[in-house]
Amino acid sequence: MSNVTLQQITKRFRQVTALEDVSFSVNHGEFFVLLGPTGAGKTTTLRIIAGLEKQDAGSVLFDGTPVDGLMPADRDIAFVFQQYSLYPTMTVYDNLAFPLRSPLRKMPEAEIKERVTRAADILRISHLLDRKTARLSGGEMQRVSIGRAIVREPRIYLMDEPLSNLDAKLRESLRVELQHIQKTQSSTILFVTHDQIEALTMSDRIGVLREGRIVQVGTPNDIYDRPADTFVAQLVGSPRINLLPARRDNGTVLVQDSPLHLPAPKTTHAQFLVGIRPEDVKPVPDGAFSGTVALTEPLGVETIVHIRAGGQTLLSIVPGLTDLRIGDEVRYSVAPERLHYFDPEGMRITSS
Amino acid sequence: MAAQSPAAPRLPVNFSTRVDEVSSRARLARFIRVVVVIAVAIIMLIPVTWMTLTAFKSRPDAVAVPPKIFFQPTLEGFVSLLTDRRQLTTEQIAEEQKRTDLTWIDQLALSRGQVITGPSDYPQRLLNSIIVAGVSTVFSVGLGLLSAYSFSRFSIAGAGDLLFFILSTRMLPPVVVTIPLFLMYRALGIYDTHFGLILLYTVFNLSFSVWLLKGFIDEIPREYEEAALVDGYTRLQAFRKIVLPQSLTGIAATTVFCLIFAWNEYAFALMLSADRARTAPPSIPSVLGTGGIESAAIAAGSLGFLIPVVIVTFALRKYLLRGVTFGAIRQ
Repeated sequence: MSNVTLQQITKRFRQVTALEDVSFSVNHGEFFVLLGPTGAGKTTTLRIIAGLEKQDAGSVLFDGTPVDGLMPADRDIAFVFQQYSLYPTMTVYDNLAFPLRSPLRKMPEAEIKERVTRAADILRISHLLDRKTARLSGGEMQRVSIGRAIVREPRIYLMDEPLSNLDAKLRESLRVELQHIQKTQSSTILFVTHDQIEALTMSDRIGVLREGRIVQVGTPNDIYDRPADTFVAQLVGSPRINLLPARRDNGTVLVQDSPLHLPAPKTTHAQFLVGIRPEDVKPVPDGAFSGTVALTEPLGVETIVHIRAGGQTLLSIVPGLTDLRIGDEVRYSVAPERLHYFDPEGMRITSS
Repeated sequence: MAAQSPAAPRLPVNFSTRVDEVSSRARLARFIRVVVVIAVAIIMLIPVTWMTLTAFKSRPDAVAVPPKIFFQPTLEGFVSLLTDRRQLTTEQIAEEQKRTDLTWIDQLALSRGQVITGPSDYPQRLLNSIIVAGVSTVFSVGLGLLSAYSFSRFSIAGAGDLLFFILSTRMLPPVVVTIPLFLMYRALGIYDTHFGLILLYTVFNLSFSVWLLKGFIDEIPREYEEAALVDGYTRLQAFRKIVLPQSLTGIAATTVFCLIFAWNEYAFALMLSADRARTAPPSIPSVLGTGGIESAAIAAGSLGFLIPVVIVTFALRKYLLRGVTFGAIRQ
């Protein structure tokens, strides 16, 4: 069941094309994340759905009905902005009540109070209700803006990087809370972020946006394990995927400037890009390949080991701390079934 | 008062010593600053003080050489400002002095050999000033606010050129256009009307108010209104509930500037009004009148003229201070 559908949306700002033929849909009760680097058109997509921006072509459907002619107020959506969304002249209570006091709804003040109290409870901001918003910390402010969205129970929540202005700790805890709220209220969220961890951890599905085009839509597993191209492969996963130029050599694939010989995909391409996730490069005593340790980055729970193999450097990730020192000889293996092949243009080669 | 535990420090710890209160250099610098501020304030206040003193002087005291700082205060100036009088002959004075039904105002006039024939038109002029300046300020700020908002928020074809055009109305010296305006006003039948002056001052102030308010509205992030739009409000409701409260400082600053211009305007008022709509600025010098310069009356008139603007500015000072520093502080 699709809640919001975008059909071939195109948007230009003067000469610049912000969105080109963007189509995807968000299902009821789904947490959909739009992932992409800065300037990919994520915010523009949200603004078009909200009606704050008018697309040049294509249309937006709510439950199958086009809403292109509707004003933002009539679309029954909630928008959580990255910043600046709390009204500085009002208290927290008035901020939360503001959407309910809209002349469109004509809600009695008693019900407003009940709803505001409930939302404040969920977000644990009940003690802040009398405060002016200028006196709040960043985390509290973002809680209030999320609160202003959830008092309404709208068709869909549009969230524009709501966590990116917060510090790491706070971001983590709000991430969990947001997921919890979404699951318990079974609400529909379209969440925009450039942070791949947010995308992988929170979403039911991810849409990857690059320079105004949808590159791939899929579950976090799809995106991580079967990236549609090198852009997606590099966007998700930290540390980023090892991407090595390679060529076919006698039934195997030879990685340029390195001793790596890998099984070849069943295609006719002569040149490749081979993608190897760092966790698939395992330093083991009887590993098939050898190299030297160029650098180690201990992160506590795991350590990133940079292995120099010929002219290439491979990133490997090992659990916990490691005894490996810079300059050590190291043997390692590469999981052959987890390799990603891309053609020279960067598109995924489906090997089987 | 909570009972002090033995471990609590004996001395209160809620004091701190600021470096600038101890260092002799900092103290000297502060002393110099205070002296300079006082000196500047005195220089600025001398004319106002002198005008106030003169308003309460008798005619000989007002023109005395050397100037008198200490004198017998009198309301003569105010009486001559607010009344029309006729000069009496010596016999008439003697006759008048026999009367017992004279008020203190009559006696004050009589002491100068005059009899009061009626109220002067100064109160009416002041009222005209209040009407013309007040209404034109409301219009120029109101219209300015709407157009500034539009320029700030919507993409308008040729917005830059339009803004320049609006500003360019300010480039011509007013004196150059007074004669053509006089002819136009007479032909249109709005010469010497409140409407005529209000229209002129509104148009004249509009360029200023659009530019000033646009700066203030540009500073208000548009996310606020967009949030209101998706929250179920129309553009106009969002403007009233979100933009308006946040632009109060700008509105106050613009109001004061527009009001001061309209209040003080002299040249247009002199040319385009005669009696019915004549405002205070061109009428105060006319007290100069017959039989010598009425310095006290002029000073009293100027003093009365000063008070309304001072009241408005004072009432808005809270917003003004914030308005002046507005652009400097980023949240």
